[in-house]
Amino acid sequence: MDWVNAILQGTLLGGLYALFAAGLSLIFGVMRLVNIAHGDLIVLAAYLGLTASTALGLHPLVALVLVVPAMFAIGYVLQRGILNRTMGDDILPPLLVTFGLSIIIQNGLLTVYTADPQKLQAGNLETASLSAGGLTVGVLPLIVFITAVAIIGALQWMFYHTALGRAFRATSDRQDIAQLMGLNRAHVFGLAMGLSLAVTAVAGIFLGIRTSFDPAVGGSRLIFGFEAVIIGGLGNLWGTLAGGIVLGVSQALGGQIHPSLQILSGHIVFLVILAVRPRGLFPKMEG
Amino acid sequence: MPEPILKIEGLDAHYRDFQALYGVSAQVDQGEVVAIIGANGAGKTTLMRSVAGLLKNRPEAIRWKGQAIGRLRADQVAALGIALVPEGRLLFPSLSVEENLIIGGQIGRKGPWSLDTVYRLFPILKERRNQQSTSLSGGQQQMVAIGRALMSNPELILMDEISLGLAPVIIRQIYEALPGIVGEGMAAVIVEQDIAKALSVTSRVYCLQEGRVALQGLSATLSREEISRAYFGM
Ligand SMILES: Nc1ncnc2c1ncn2[C@@H]1O[C@H](COP(=O)(O)OP(=O)(O)O)[C@@H](O)[C@H]1O
Ligand SMILES: [Mg+2]
Repeated sequence: MDWVNAILQGTLLGGLYALFAAGLSLIFGVMRLVNIAHGDLIVLAAYLGLTASTALGLHPLVALVLVVPAMFAIGYVLQRGILNRTMGDDILPPLLVTFGLSIIIQNGLLTVYTADPQKLQAGNLETASLSAGGLTVGVLPLIVFITAVAIIGALQWMFYHTALGRAFRATSDRQDIAQLMGLNRAHVFGLAMGLSLAVTAVAGIFLGIRTSFDPAVGGSRLIFGFEAVIIGGLGNLWGTLAGGIVLGVSQALGGQIHPSLQILSGHIVFLVILAVRPRGLFPKMEG
Repeated sequence: MPEPILKIEGLDAHYRDFQALYGVSAQVDQGEVVAIIGANGAGKTTLMRSVAGLLKNRPEAIRWKGQAIGRLRADQVAALGIALVPEGRLLFPSLSVEENLIIGGQIGRKGPWSLDTVYRLFPILKERRNQQSTSLSGGQQQMVAIGRALMSNPELILMDEISLGLAPVIIRQIYEALPGIVGEGMAAVIVEQDIAKALSVTSRVYCLQEGRVALQGLSATLSREEISRAYFGM
């Protein structure tokens, strides 16, 4: 039963990792941008949630109403103001700039919020649980997982059934020809980054409710997100969800063997999958 | 004489240090069909891409109804009513045939062209509407590329080597559709390797040679000798 339980908990944790990863997957898919600051932006969202809930007395989940649009706006402005200038045939400039951004965000958070660990207070939600057939699941992890599935489903639907999704795919295919169709690349990229950070906002709030955070925890969130994206296969959002679940289950099973193996076993499974299937479990079908 | 809708004057185009066009001047009147001919590497595509806004130039080098557009972005040029059928077709592989057409109409300019009218022009595309564009034959892909450009209801359509790599029977089919396209008062610039074909469907012709206009005149009256001299520089 312990093992079944570990798989269940790992699956639910995988939902959170998929949320970390979905934004990364989206911007890589649309503009081949690897955002090193992604983990720090998740943490930034958690702090924005903290400010909203302490200053305005909002429940952290209600604070999403403010944090999601705020992160969308930050993403759009960041892309149009800075990142678009770094995009070109060379992939190094955006890597360097987002690396610099990561450092700036961390230090900015340190200055404003200090290094003390913080947590978002979600009241009863944190401890509520459901039991069935000898298994117990927390309500919060369940909500996180369902939200992840819903967000990824919505993104997938947006990609294949809306004008915005069509614009994303066309721009991803051929930037200059998309421009001929009246799609201004700078704006399309801004929207993609805005959307990416809107998802990141949800990830950040859930992170902050689940665990305590400080300005330095972004790096490992970035790693988990990357691992989920790569396990699932680049540019495939359902693959990203699967990748998050594989990572979460691996960690949970490792932790079941010995608590100290939890994080390590996730990385090992990632490396094994990378070695055996370099394009991930569900690579995007070409042509 | 009506004012030309497109007026190119002293256009120099560059790829970094390399200069591809030298002081090119040309014009297109409303509803006129003009040919651009010239050997490989003469600068025909560069000229098309410059007009469409994919290459940045001196603003005044290209004028659209008097407005200097040489430095506008491609999306801004498209909104003014200029559409490009690019060399090599360059469809969007992630989009279905129909989505390729729809995205061509995204600008929302009013006019005679819509999914219905494009499908009437190229009925085969309606049958293939839900397929990936890359699964089509070369000729069908070219029809999608033309349809995609028409969907923006342009006043000027630029067609860059629409017969490249296609079988003669397909080329004939596509050129037979041309009168139905330019009939509605739309002007066209056609880049074509097949000189006889180019002369037969246009009223005026420009011949480019190594980035310069080597010859221009009425398609009906230019002699073979003049053209081959301008074409090959002999
Ligand atoms: N992207 C590019 N970078 C550098 N040089 C280019 C590029 N595209 C075309 N050229 C050069 O510009 C000149 C004109 O090319 P192009 O306009 O494609 O000619 P055409 O369409 O008449 O065959 C050629 O010498 C070609 O090598
Ligand atoms: Mg060419």
